[in-house]
Amino acid sequence: MTPADTPAPHKPARAGRGRGARWRAVGVQLACLAVTAFMFAPVYLVALAALSTPESLNRFPLSLLPTDVSVETMASFLTMGGVLPAFVNSLIVGVGTLVLSVLIGLPAGYALARYVFAGRDAYQLFMLLTRALPIVVLSVPLAQLFLTTGLYDTTYAVILLHTALALPTTVLITSAVFVGVPRDQEEAAQIFGATPVQAFVRVVLPQALPGIAAAGLFTFVTSWNEVLGAAILTLDRRTLPAQVLSTLGASPLTYRFAGGFALIVPALVFVALMRKYLLSMWGTTLR
Amino acid sequence: MADIIVSDLVKTHPGGRRPATDHISLHIPDGEFLVLVGPSGCGKTTLLRMVAGLETPDAGTIHIRGRDVTHLSARQRNVSMVFQSYAIFPHMRVRANIGFGLMLHKVPKDEINRRVARAAELLNLTDVLDRHPAQLSGGQRQRVAVARAIAVDADVLLMDEPLSNLDALLRLQFRSELKKIVNQLGTTTIYVTHDQAEAMSLGDRVAVLRDGRIAQIGPPIEVYDRPADQFVGGFLGSPPMNFLPATVESGAGQARVLVGTQRLAAPGQLTGFAGRPVSVGIRAENINVSDTARDGALAAQVEVVEPTGSAVLLTVQLDGIQLKVQTPPSFATQPGKPVWLTIDPKHMRFYDPDTALALEVAA
Ligand SMILES: Nc1ncnc2c1ncn2[C@@H]1O[C@H](COP(=O)(O)OP(=O)(O)OP(=O)(O)O)[C@@H](O)[C@H]1O
Ligand SMILES: [Mg+2]
Repeated sequence: MTPADTPAPHKPARAGRGRGARWRAVGVQLACLAVTAFMFAPVYLVALAALSTPESLNRFPLSLLPTDVSVETMASFLTMGGVLPAFVNSLIVGVGTLVLSVLIGLPAGYALARYVFAGRDAYQLFMLLTRALPIVVLSVPLAQLFLTTGLYDTTYAVILLHTALALPTTVLITSAVFVGVPRDQEEAAQIFGATPVQAFVRVVLPQALPGIAAAGLFTFVTSWNEVLGAAILTLDRRTLPAQVLSTLGASPLTYRFAGGFALIVPALVFVALMRKYLLSMWGTTLR
Repeated sequence: MADIIVSDLVKTHPGGRRPATDHISLHIPDGEFLVLVGPSGCGKTTLLRMVAGLETPDAGTIHIRGRDVTHLSARQRNVSMVFQSYAIFPHMRVRANIGFGLMLHKVPKDEINRRVARAAELLNLTDVLDRHPAQLSGGQRQRVAVARAIAVDADVLLMDEPLSNLDALLRLQFRSELKKIVNQLGTTTIYVTHDQAEAMSLGDRVAVLRDGRIAQIGPPIEVYDRPADQFVGGFLGSPPMNFLPATVESGAGQARVLVGTQRLAAPGQLTGFAGRPVSVGIRAENINVSDTARDGALAAQVEVVEPTGSAVLLTVQLDGIQLKVQTPPSFATQPGKPVWLTIDPKHMRFYDPDTALALEVAA
């Protein structure tokens, strides 16, 4: 698209209207800034504490600017026993959950979007109901089950639990996304010689990708942050939050900030990686 | 030899109370351009989708090229289609949209480029080939859908109102373009339209659909000139055909019809219907108007005068019956003025007032 292609923005006819609109625009910007600051402040404070020297944490008043930056806190946290393996476990669980829930959730979402089948509404309701059960209530019988099947204290156990937790949202988000791609485009593709699979891959998938990315993002972050179930289902193969939680009571303040920071960063990186797809989704749906 | 034979096609949509197509049978010879017209919801799109393989009929069969395709998927039928909703792919540029079918059929790259360029040129899309559909106007999107459909070598071309979103001028231009293109391609075509003029000018034959059935099928002139029933006469043509309630009288070997309180000469063959009520169908352009009284003319009063540029359309009142009459633009009159109408018996059509079907009166 060249700039010449896009029409010039419409100029308000009267100056009074224009000024009102400008004030409104300023208001919107301010509100956006306020929300961003609200969300960003804890992240900033945790990062600040995690990246300062341990001594500066005890100083009063606390400096709000990164005055004495050091990696000492983070280094001692990361080298602490169990932290690095837990980090790796978390990554395995997050990615495993993502892959599994997309593999199962995508076809389910597609079926919900495209076909009318017996029990469709009941199925949708039932899926939401699984979220009504607290994780703790789910985890205890699951622990029992995994103990008897030998899955207890493995990353698979946590992946299975997190997939079960993530599936309802994955299915509902992807079905909403597939509904958004008109069926006649798929039909057109088939008329012009595509098999159903080709039509899906060439026509539906490219348009659904942003939505699928959003669902995947949501799944990964949910899994990354989930702590209760992971803590119940594992002993040695802890995920990072479970590890941090189990050692929280007996650890110094610096450890807590470093743990918090270690938990935030990968999720942020993941969001940043997915940003392209998310933006293109908003770009197309807002057009 | 891609002829299409549709036999006894029945389809009721799930939840539909009456069939969308009700025992439709058609034979479309190779290379024919068949136009489907009919009021909204009469089943045109449904019929087209069944021929395309997007909808499975409840009963009946479809043969293309002598092959029973009733249960084949769309992909196996080698048809091409312009969707009523365009159904172009928003994530692909216009170029990729038009070349989509060719790409799937593994046509070599430069051949694809050549044919995409040709289709784009025919439909005035050369300047927008590298845009995405969201950056096009509605009419341009529709033309992309047409270009995509004509770029492939299909046995059958199905078009569902492909020019509906163009302005009057463009539509006129593309109508003749399309006629030329389809003539060159020689593809058997089914074309759905709401536009009278398109139906008349494009079709080798016109089929008028009503409530899922074919009311009449034939060459455009014949369907226009000799509507098989009052519905067809009222649907095709603008203004629609006039229908005058009348009674047949015969005397002295000459047939006449009594319209209101006035008498009108009728074709001699009508004598067999003497004494019976009939409905006289007459096109607006077949009524001659004069502003002076004449022997054998019907006296009427002008109610509305609508100049259309090339003609003047009059709404006149004849003993309580409203009639549309077309006169040359030079005819000057005003509402309230009396006029005298003469009708050549050979332009009159006669319908049974109860069944609305044409009476067998060879004129
Ligand atoms: N998917 C569907 N489900 C249920 N009923 C449908 C469906 N599609 C069409 N119908 C019904 O079938 C009938 C015929 O529809 P169809 O789309 O063939 O009409 P059409 O002649 O193409 O009309 P238009 O000129 O408005 O496009 C209509 O009564 C319509 O309501
Ligand atoms: Mg239609």
